[in-house]
Amino acid sequence: MASNKKYWKNEAELNPNDSIVEALKQNEFVEQIPVDDFLGDKETLSSTNTNRRDFLKYVGFSTAAASLAACEGPVVKSIPYVVLPENIVPGVANYYATTVANGFDFASILIKTREGRPIKVENNTLAKIGGSANARIQGSVLSLYDSTRLQGPMANGEPVEWDVLKATVKAKMGGLKGSAKKIAILTQTYASPSTDRLMADLVAANENVVHVTYDAISEDAALNAFENKYGERALADYDFEKADLIVSFGADFIADWQGGGYDAGYSRGRVPKNGKMSRHVQLEANMSLTGANADKRVAMKPSAQKVVLAKLYGKLNGTSVGGNTSEYDVLVDSIAAEIKKAGSNAVVVTGLDDVNAQAVVLAINEMLSSKAFDTAAPKYIRKGSVKAVNALIADMKAGRVGALLMDGVNPVYSLPNAADFKEGLAKVDLTVAFSTNWNETTEAVQYVGATNHYLESWGDVQIKKGHYSLMQPTIKELFDTKQFQTVVLELLGSEQSYYDYIKDTWSSSVLNGANWNQALQDGVFSADTMVVNEEGAAQNVVASETPTEVVANTSMASAIRSLANTTSEGMELTLYSKVGMGDGQQASNPWLQEFPDPITRVSWDNYVTISKADAVELGVENVNVANGGMDGNYVKLTVNGVSLEKVPVVVQPGQAKGTVGLSFGYGKKVGLKEDMQTGVNAFALYDGFNANQSVSVEKVAGNHEFACIQLHKTLMGRGDIIKETTLEIFNTKNHSEWNEVPMVSLDHQEVPATSVDLWDSFDRTIGHHFNMSIDLNACTGCGSCVIACHAENNVPVVGKAEVRKSRDMHWLRIDRYYSSEETFEGDNQKKDGFDGLSGDNGSLGGFGELEDPSANPQVAFQPVMCQHCNHAPCETVCPVAATSHGRQGQNQMAYNRCVGTRYCANNCPYKVRRFNWFLYNNNDEFDFHMNNDLGKMVLNPDVNVRSRGVIEKCSMCIQKTQKTILDAKRDGRVIEDGEFQTACSSACSNGAIVFGDVNDEKSKVAELKASDRMYHLLEHVGTQPNVFYHVKVRNTNEA
Amino acid sequence: MKKVPNRNQFSKILGLSLIAILFSASPLIAQDAAADATAVEAAAGGGDAKKGKALFNQNCAACHALNRKMTGPALENVESRLSEDEGLDREWLYAWIKNSPAVIKSGDAYANKLYAEYNQAAMTAFPTLSNTDIDDILAYTAAAPAAAPATAAGDVQSAAGGSGSSSGVSNEIILGALVLVFGLLVVMLLLVNKTLQRIAQANGIAIEKEGAAKRTPIWKAFAQNQFLVIVTAILLLLGSAYFAYGWMMQVGVDQGYAPIQPIHYSHKIHAGDNKIECKYCHSSARVSKTSGIPSLNVCMNCHKSIYEYTGNPEGPSQEDLENGYTNEFYTGEIKKLYKAVGWDEENQKYTGESQPVEWIRVHNLPDFAYFNHSQHVSVAGVDCQTCHGPVEEMEIMYQYSPLTMGWCIDCHRETNVKVEGNEYYEKIHAELSKKYGVDNLTAAQLGGLECGKCHY
Repeated sequence: MASNKKYWKNEAELNPNDSIVEALKQNEFVEQIPVDDFLGDKETLSSTNTNRRDFLKYVGFSTAAASLAACEGPVVKSIPYVVLPENIVPGVANYYATTVANGFDFASILIKTREGRPIKVENNTLAKIGGSANARIQGSVLSLYDSTRLQGPMANGEPVEWDVLKATVKAKMGGLKGSAKKIAILTQTYASPSTDRLMADLVAANENVVHVTYDAISEDAALNAFENKYGERALADYDFEKADLIVSFGADFIADWQGGGYDAGYSRGRVPKNGKMSRHVQLEANMSLTGANADKRVAMKPSAQKVVLAKLYGKLNGTSVGGNTSEYDVLVDSIAAEIKKAGSNAVVVTGLDDVNAQAVVLAINEMLSSKAFDTAAPKYIRKGSVKAVNALIADMKAGRVGALLMDGVNPVYSLPNAADFKEGLAKVDLTVAFSTNWNETTEAVQYVGATNHYLESWGDVQIKKGHYSLMQPTIKELFDTKQFQTVVLELLGSEQSYYDYIKDTWSSSVLNGANWNQALQDGVFSADTMVVNEEGAAQNVVASETPTEVVANTSMASAIRSLANTTSEGMELTLYSKVGMGDGQQASNPWLQEFPDPITRVSWDNYVTISKADAVELGVENVNVANGGMDGNYVKLTVNGVSLEKVPVVVQPGQAKGTVGLSFGYGKKVGLKEDMQTGVNAFALYDGFNANQSVSVEKVAGNHEFACIQLHKTLMGRGDIIKETTLEIFNTKNHSEWNEVPMVSLDHQEVPATSVDLWDSFDRTIGHHFNMSIDLNACTGCGSCVIACHAENNVPVVGKAEVRKSRDMHWLRIDRYYSSEETFEGDNQKKDGFDGLSGDNGSLGGFGELEDPSANPQVAFQPVMCQHCNHAPCETVCPVAATSHGRQGQNQMAYNRCVGTRYCANNCPYKVRRFNWFLYNNNDEFDFHMNNDLGKMVLNPDVNVRSRGVIEKCSMCIQKTQKTILDAKRDGRVIEDGEFQTACSSACSNGAIVFGDVNDEKSKVAELKASDRMYHLLEHVGTQPNVFYHVKVRNTNEA
Repeated sequence: MKKVPNRNQFSKILGLSLIAILFSASPLIAQDAAADATAVEAAAGGGDAKKGKALFNQNCAACHALNRKMTGPALENVESRLSEDEGLDREWLYAWIKNSPAVIKSGDAYANKLYAEYNQAAMTAFPTLSNTDIDDILAYTAAAPAAAPATAAGDVQSAAGGSGSSSGVSNEIILGALVLVFGLLVVMLLLVNKTLQRIAQANGIAIEKEGAAKRTPIWKAFAQNQFLVIVTAILLLLGSAYFAYGWMMQVGVDQGYAPIQPIHYSHKIHAGDNKIECKYCHSSARVSKTSGIPSLNVCMNCHKSIYEYTGNPEGPSQEDLENGYTNEFYTGEIKKLYKAVGWDEENQKYTGESQPVEWIRVHNLPDFAYFNHSQHVSVAGVDCQTCHGPVEEMEIMYQYSPLTMGWCIDCHRETNVKVEGNEYYEKIHAELSKKYGVDNLTAAQLGGLECGKCHY
């Protein structure tokens, strides 16, 4: 029997109100130990008995004692499955095809799982349609293991049972049946046949249900223009591979324009084949990723773009377009001439949020009957309607909405009129938000349904007409979450699971007799026969529409008029989405926060980009401080009376004068760890869902510290880093002229650097010899390789403060170089022409000029990882032989051997070695993902997690090459070309990074190595790298 | 790296042998098998119980036991039970055994009752069994041999105990006598010495301590000889360095580590006595980097029907008994498995309440070393025993090899790559062996010593 005796250690404990006893229950001491008082006081510190030497002795002794005591190994437990799932072999990865469809990113992908944990996103090579995994999708696997995710449903901020939530919603919906009040469903774009059917079912069951689709970053103008012309709410599809000439009016189509996914086709057209490559003309305000890749980039205000577009239409159409100015006539003439020459091989696109501009572009492409333009099978990945959303808000404010269910959206954060929405929310009787994370909207509603991450969900997507993808769970729900569709099915009283519901939809209207299991395994399904039929039907429709052409023409005339008369006053703001953050859904993802913007190279921030001229006028600047970090001033932005105070400024070379840019996706505060609460919320300025706004900018006090990993300086004509030429020279001249081998002096003779060798070479012809090819023409700088490398190699996230100190850990960086002249050749010639120190051609002033990235610089991207030099400078200086060379060409790094002298990093001419300044895992100072059990689930078990004090670097994914070799050995077969992959090469859908065995003569990489465009980085150093680059060729041929 | 083996061996051996000598009187037990001899001929109905046993084990034992319910009912005295309870004769049994589904179909009441009771799983039809075979089996089921061996073993034990002690006593006596003799000799010597001194004193002879005053003490001489001091110091330092090095090299090397596991799993019984292939249970060793601790469903493949341990034919050995490894002990461990996997023995069903077993990991490679089992097992065809030692003799699993890098590398240096019939190696082996001028390449020559092959 249990005893009720009470024991005490001190009489005071018998007094229940004793404060000291209470304090001691919680703490070891009643008062805090005055550590700070002691350590903070210099005098006391210097008068202490323990001087520095004694202190070191104590430390030494205690370390030795501790390490001796630690000699006993720990007891490690090993817990096998009770029942091993049939398809899991511990230690062997399984791949599942699934689809990401979060309303912003849509792509068919493969998920690598280990022991049931998804750990990596790969491209689904069977998917021919839609984008491949971009940086955000690559990073999305970490969002699954986000420790700040919602772990169960909530009611008014308190955890609640699902049954309660469902019963409440069901009762409310039942009560509203037949009443005048609406039940509104506000969701992301699903592009899902099954969810569409489900919504229709919901409407059928309860006729006051309205389904409103809302895209945080709207493509409303393009959707409206398409709908007006073709009668369907969708987006035209483009295949840039088929275009010889691409003219873009502010469309960032390499990044997220109209849902993205165009970069792979674009890149294929950019690689010179048989002397031909596509030509790309970009007219834009911000320096975008697309503009950075253009052959010709014209920096201009959005208002000017509209005028030029209208005039171009007139020129092509043969009609005269008025307008207020003849300023752009020369430009329009030259573009029109080029387009006419290219004919149906040209394509025009625009990113202007203007229905007229979008309509004009559709008309031009139709007129050209552009081969790259597809309206028969349009894309469905944006559906959001501004009109419907605004109507809903009006209804809410008027009290006409009885219940509001939201899924996949965060309107309180992302609506420009969020205040109105919040006001409306208060008048809705029942508000439910389905979300994976606690955010601004979940905070404002009554009930929160914790939803699944897409890797835990079922789903289907029709990215493009006739092209379907399936989403399947790759892990069981980590928390007590349900996906929205499951809850809706339960609300409808259906016993069916959403999986069965999808299967039903597919067998009745998609598969057409094809095998469901096969479709699920492939992840993609194309209804080929159907497409042909529909295409025929579409053509018929177009043909029958001819009589209405007149109507269309009159509306087109008014569109042109309104475009041509666009005027601008003051500064213009162009809002855009960053490659890393997109619309901000994954703001809690440390990989994406630390991902440096391809253009500005700034991580952990958004900022106003401003041209140099405007910056001087406003008196704002960027300065580089002594530790290499970049600082900037703040400005205040005001659009239509809405202001953002204290937005940091980045002076952006190439930014059109009179314009500023600001990216979406930042400035989230609710539900995020403190480190992730970065930047400002640009959605506040997204007035009327238009990314182009008239803005007033004024300087405010303060200094902002950026975490920028590369300065905004130019290459200064150092063409041996990025070699660049024009298509004309490339086609007509010998490669020795445009891809010069650097010369060095040997015995007072000029000889090619490749012929001089300080070391004895090893015979590398036997076995595998890995090489990596990077084509600077195909690389768009999109950065999905950077995140893929992060995921594959357990690269730690270090945080903003550390990045600022140049301690970023990216094994693979994409350098961005500016060039002050129109071409790099120009810089070279200028540099070579320097004569003496001062004077007109003096190098003193000359280099200063080169250092200034002019108004519209040329940009080049260069992915740089460890070059795996055959004569590696790092290997010779390591005092402990921690880094050594393998027969297969890889420069190997034995972390457990490294003592952290950092000699190798000092001796590396490419600066690719990274030092672990701290222990980044299990360290709460680095509160990202490696310090909690959940975040650690993303780690690749085949790669070491490095500790403090060692150098780490790209291993050329030796774990992957070794696995490929082992698989072949086990099967007893020869390895085919294409089997060897690294994380970056398999992530690169653009074909810029190709990896393989050069000793296999038939391999693609061997062929690429023999190309005339091949060069090594800093060839004159004689390091003989195993990574080589291809000279960038620009198509400067004006028509 | 060189391992310094058994530094303390000498003192250990000394100590151990002393203990052994003192305690060697404990009983040694000789084993005698008496289990099978008890098979009794069944009187009723005829049939050879011995043949029946063989047939039973061959055909029935997977689903039936004599004295307990398994997938099917207990079969002890099945015939008499049936005739008493249900009034069914041997003919019914013939029909049932040869084709049970047909009997069920015919609407037979008892057959359908059985069918319903055992989860509607019909018994496999045995059309190949003749009536005589069935007679034999029934004879075996009627013979009830179950309880006999235990008592027999008990008898053997007590008998063996007696005989064992006799040999122990003789050793002790001899030793005791020797000690006594030595003791006597010492005492005698001392006495003689004392007597002699007394005689000398009595005779007035002073026994001089020779040169005690003149000679410098030996330690002083040593201290004065600098050369000797230096040499000794160096030797001492070298010696202690040698021992320190040896000690430090064994830090983190857990050779011989044999933790106590939550379930006493005997590799000796499974891999040794029953000769189960290693990779039957550790199947992922063929394709994966880990050999995998088998999941409990793999255990249940056999242990669904093997519910008790009946020992090896000779009965438990002396050593086993000392450690408490009795049949009951092992059966208890099987019950632990049932508890972990959630197996309800009574109803032959999984309860769904499982409790994963937390094994203590024996072989721990550090995280920075990559090792792949399939490379060694499937590609190189290395026997498991090469690294894991004589697992089939291990009652308790222990770490046989040091698992140090030096140990890995030694093997890579010496072992030839197995290239026969592996197309992957064809080209590279031909070229490399020509280059090195050898017939067979070692793993090291193929790049098996590169840091990056195991450390990434």
